[in-house]
Amino acid sequence: MTWFLTHLPQLGGLMATHAVLAVLPLLIGLVVALPLGWLAQRYRWLRAPLVAGTGLLYTIPSLALFVLMPLVLGTGILDPVNVVIALSVYTVALLVRTVTDGLAAVPGEVVQAATAMGVGPVRRFFTVELPLAVPVIAAGLRVAAVSNVSVVSVAALLGIAQLGSLFTDGFARDFVDPIVVGIGACMVLALALDVVILAASRVLTPWTRRGRTV
Amino acid sequence: MRLIWSWLADPANWTGSGGIPVRTLEHLGYAGVTLLLAALIGIPLGLWIGHTGRGRVVVVNVVNGMRSVPTLGLLFVAVLVLGPRLGGDLAFLAPAIIVLVILAIPPILAGAYSGVESVDPAARDAARGMGMRPLEVLRRVEVPCALPLIFSGLRSAALQVIATATLTASVSLGGLGRFLIDGQAYRDYGQMAGGALLVAVLAVLVDLIFAAVQRAAVSPGLLPTTSRRSIRTRLVPDPA
Repeated sequence: MTWFLTHLPQLGGLMATHAVLAVLPLLIGLVVALPLGWLAQRYRWLRAPLVAGTGLLYTIPSLALFVLMPLVLGTGILDPVNVVIALSVYTVALLVRTVTDGLAAVPGEVVQAATAMGVGPVRRFFTVELPLAVPVIAAGLRVAAVSNVSVVSVAALLGIAQLGSLFTDGFARDFVDPIVVGIGACMVLALALDVVILAASRVLTPWTRRGRTV
Repeated sequence: MRLIWSWLADPANWTGSGGIPVRTLEHLGYAGVTLLLAALIGIPLGLWIGHTGRGRVVVVNVVNGMRSVPTLGLLFVAVLVLGPRLGGDLAFLAPAIIVLVILAIPPILAGAYSGVESVDPAARDAARGMGMRPLEVLRRVEVPCALPLIFSGLRSAALQVIATATLTASVSLGGLGRFLIDGQAYRDYGQMAGGALLVAVLAVLVDLIFAAVQRAAVSPGLLPTTSRRSIRTRLVPDPA
């Protein structure tokens, strides 16, 4: 407890870095996964290779992916960009599937009604299909957010500073307090992201709150 | 890239107690022991929860809560707290295996209970109508029907464990993670990246083997394309 109070400023800094390293991949992953998921849903034959291909990347353990990133990106081993891109890869792997499923779950009549009203394919995607897929996509994002927060801490083994540094420092000094505080901070961060995504999903889908009768 | 190949091609890295074959076996050893223990705890518990419907809310919340606990922190706390009490050879190994088991149980448990829960109630009623006792219903109807999801849970757990076993090198255990940690310490990127490549290949191979076993062990009547898809969407492993 005393450790927690005396190291508050340091904790704040690490937590901010941790949050950036976890959230940035979520945004990049979402932006990449949306078109891929749309392709997988629109062209059936693309579905299996896209989902299986990204799934294969998902099986690669995070520490290994962090270490292999410099080969692909030409970055240094200590560059936080490695972590951001590696986590974006995981996020894409997870979201391609959820985006595909979310778009597939949009009722056919709704799409037909929009088409009959003269809504073009691009506008229909952004104003009809995507909004209706938000709850499913948000569920996938929540899973990705929570796992990203946990996985970012692994990068501390390579010397990239964030909350995981509390684990490696504490372990090196045989001192449990910082590790426990770090775990707590990670869980708080994961919970906060979860709440934010849930709230955003609610705001974006006002019709789900009005009850089933509307 | 050249660094990796020269490291992988060096015969010295393929022999002795720190060689690639020994490290791979260590890695698979940790993963195997963990998976076995986790399955021994997770599958019966999951079947019981699915069969009786008791304790479901608690388990779902604990399983979801576990996802947000950072693996590395948990590993370090376990070694620091339990290690000195155990002493000797077990000081690092036992806490690490305990943490690995704790991480492997949630997906296995989730697979087992959601598998039993997703069994068609009509099949269960029919079995009961035929005069089967509760345990017979479980053994002859619910378990065979739940197999796809049980295997899917085991597969997620296996991936999780292979990934996390890489981290155990940071608490001075063996396994393929050794190359990543030692390479980092000696500023030897060839060794790090070579080790990382081996870990990645091992993870993909283990996943493919599990996929093959899953296909072979599951009754063909239970493999319509739609249900296979829902299995994959429901049980996504965490990368660790």
